[in-house]
Amino acid sequence: MTSSDNPCEHCEKILQPYLDRELTDAERLEAESHLAECGFCRRAYRFEDSLRRYVRSTCSEAMRPELKARLAELRTPLL
Amino acid sequence: MSELTDERNPRRIAGQERDRLRFEEEALELADHVYRVARRLVSTREEAEDLVQETYARAFRAWRSYTPGTNLRAWLLRILTNLNIDRGRREQRTPDIESIDNEEFALFRKLDDGAAEDDVEHLVERLSQDAVVQALSAVPHHFREVIVLVDIGDFTYQDAAQILDIPIGTVMSRLHRGRRILKRELEATVRVT
Repeated sequence: MTSSDNPCEHCEKILQPYLDRELTDAERLEAESHLAECGFCRRAYRFEDSLRRYVRSTCSEAMRPELKARLAELRTPLL
Repeated sequence: MSELTDERNPRRIAGQERDRLRFEEEALELADHVYRVARRLVSTREEAEDLVQETYARAFRAWRSYTPGTNLRAWLLRILTNLNIDRGRREQRTPDIESIDNEEFALFRKLDDGAAEDDVEHLVERLSQDAVVQALSAVPHHFREVIVLVDIGDFTYQDAAQILDIPIGTVMSRLHRGRRILKRELEATVRVT
């Protein structure tokens, strides 16, 4: 990042891989150092992280036991 | 010359049976996880159940092509996503360049009521659960499938790239665009109070 870049714009760009834990150590440290100083990004990141967890819990539907039983029946019979 | 050919050797057959049983047990332990992903790739529970059943039927037939010690979840999901394409469940292709006019943090700005930092994570509770499910289903298929794999399936970018047979950069860009579309859909459900 060059000094002329807006740090918040950069933060926005690395938001996704940061929350997905896909940044390199150096990139993560850079992101965290910006977050330590920028209240808006810190709040926005917390919101985005909570949104992902909310989507995950809301959209996770458990399998019905009937399907589990049908899958078990697909197993190859013993010789 | 040995007394029995390799294929008829009882010890070898018993070993293969053990490997197959172990494979089937391990695959079945992952069924709930596989279903959770399948459910959000297709529209209805019935379709998801058919797709998972077909996936397991194929996986059990092809168990020898799985390399023990590698990621079995990803292997099963690769079968599932391919079947989903084969069965014509993939919706009309949407170009990767679909225009996304919302700003990254627009949903946050709309919901933000100046909550203290520790309370920011409760803002999502203003979104109804039905709205979230509907918003995800409104995301075009090839953006949604990466969101589902990474956010619901908990796969890494690398795993998602292998499952979908696309470059990792494409996973990242589809994920980014897909999440923006998801947030745009959610934003439309929020009433400003």
